[in-house]
Amino acid sequence: METPRDNQEIQELYRHKVGLAEMLKGGVIMDVTNAEQAKIAEEAGAVAVMALERIPSDIRKMGGIARMSQPGMIRQIQDMVSIPVMAKVRIGHFAEAQILQALGVDFIDESEVLTPADNANHVYKHDFKVPFVCGCRNLGEALRRIGEGAAMIRTKGEAGSGDVVEAVTHMREVTEGIRRLQMMRKDELMAEAKNLGAPYEILVQTAELGKLPVPNFAAGGIATPADASLMMQLGAETVFVGSGIFASEDPAPRAKAIVDAVTYFDDPAKLMEISMKLGEAMKGRAVNEMAENEKMAGRGW
Amino acid sequence: MSKPVGLLTLQGDYDKHRRAFRALGRETFDVRRPGELAEVSCLVIPGGESTTLTRLVDRAGLREPVCEFAAHHPVMGTCAGLIMVATALTGEKRPDYGVEPLGLLDCTVIRNGYGRQIDSFTAPVSLDRLDGSPDPFPAVFIRAPRITSVGPDVEVLASYRDEPVIIRQGHLLGMAFHPELTEDFRIHRYFLEMLPD
Repeated sequence: METPRDNQEIQELYRHKVGLAEMLKGGVIMDVTNAEQAKIAEEAGAVAVMALERIPSDIRKMGGIARMSQPGMIRQIQDMVSIPVMAKVRIGHFAEAQILQALGVDFIDESEVLTPADNANHVYKHDFKVPFVCGCRNLGEALRRIGEGAAMIRTKGEAGSGDVVEAVTHMREVTEGIRRLQMMRKDELMAEAKNLGAPYEILVQTAELGKLPVPNFAAGGIATPADASLMMQLGAETVFVGSGIFASEDPAPRAKAIVDAVTYFDDPAKLMEISMKLGEAMKGRAVNEMAENEKMAGRGW
Repeated sequence: MSKPVGLLTLQGDYDKHRRAFRALGRETFDVRRPGELAEVSCLVIPGGESTTLTRLVDRAGLREPVCEFAAHHPVMGTCAGLIMVATALTGEKRPDYGVEPLGLLDCTVIRNGYGRQIDSFTAPVSLDRLDGSPDPFPAVFIRAPRITSVGPDVEVLASYRDEPVIIRQGHLLGMAFHPELTEDFRIHRYFLEMLPD
């Protein structure tokens, strides 16, 4: 595999990776399982699609091992749409990532939605030319992933639940963690890096910027235009919608409505108009009623 | 006091443009609705996804108003923004992508003409014709559009490998790359100088 040669090359490559993440801001990234759904997503105004074999709510129902999608299916989606195409790999499964890079996907999601392939390590993402997005539940996890080379961070939320509560918890954890950093004296930052298990340099950078050094998106349980607006108002820069669209009664108008809700997230009158005449949202399952071993958010280290 | 710089904030990296204009001491104003064009002196269409921007411009009812605005005010399009201001697209792999440029700046572009994400690159581009500066500009190309031809009234201000990458037609400015992703704000300054006194 062709890997970056030196530090300067890694830094320049990283700028392009974060650059693409910047271009996706204020948009919606939608999970799709075939070319036809990808077309619906693109028509609705999605900024990117995530190609996977089953949406997370179906992964939950079917059980078994969830792996990287078949390259042939991803290729069909790449041939159908002109927006960026993302795909998922199992946590730590760098060989799946190498295959996706060879396929020319635009972004790789190292995702807790799939069954983890490594119980201790994530992929070293600076080895790749393709950018990665990773999930997090809190600031320490976000900074560890950035340390490994993630160009975009998203909340984990609880995928396939249709319940926004975990995405809210994780977004608040990250933003509250950053506010704490900003109040600290310089001589307290090393101890905080130790507490969080976070790389010191990136923690200092985050304290100075007052935000993560890469875009911070929301994911996991977003099902309505109001959910999208909530996450944007809590500080998300874009939202991922997984099962929320294609597990709903009438996907196309809902997809469009969620795109519009992200653009006008701070305009309640417009949000009211957007939320009119939508079919039923996905039924979903309350996260608080799930057994611990049913939850995906705990995967990742 | 002149009106602020308008940013089309439907989708994309408009915050990076905001940062650039603030560094130059200029305030910005978000444009997401037709009426908001009355509040601004010029308009920047940022990088983002051109497919998404097309849909959102039409749904917001901004297509006609932006075209009318562009008849009398400076407009800058960067990357996806260049696609939006172009007059024509070529090389679309499928007929149904449904991206319709606004048809303002007389040029033809190929979307993603420099390749997919893994082909993204930074290249030094001379700004000699733009501001006489000897220092090259670090131009960041991400899934960038390629300008294949320009109309007779279009001035080519910078090229990369003999192809135009910054073009100007009167008070309309377009470029294939992302000047907002670097710390060098010369192109933003040049755009501000296009504003009438």
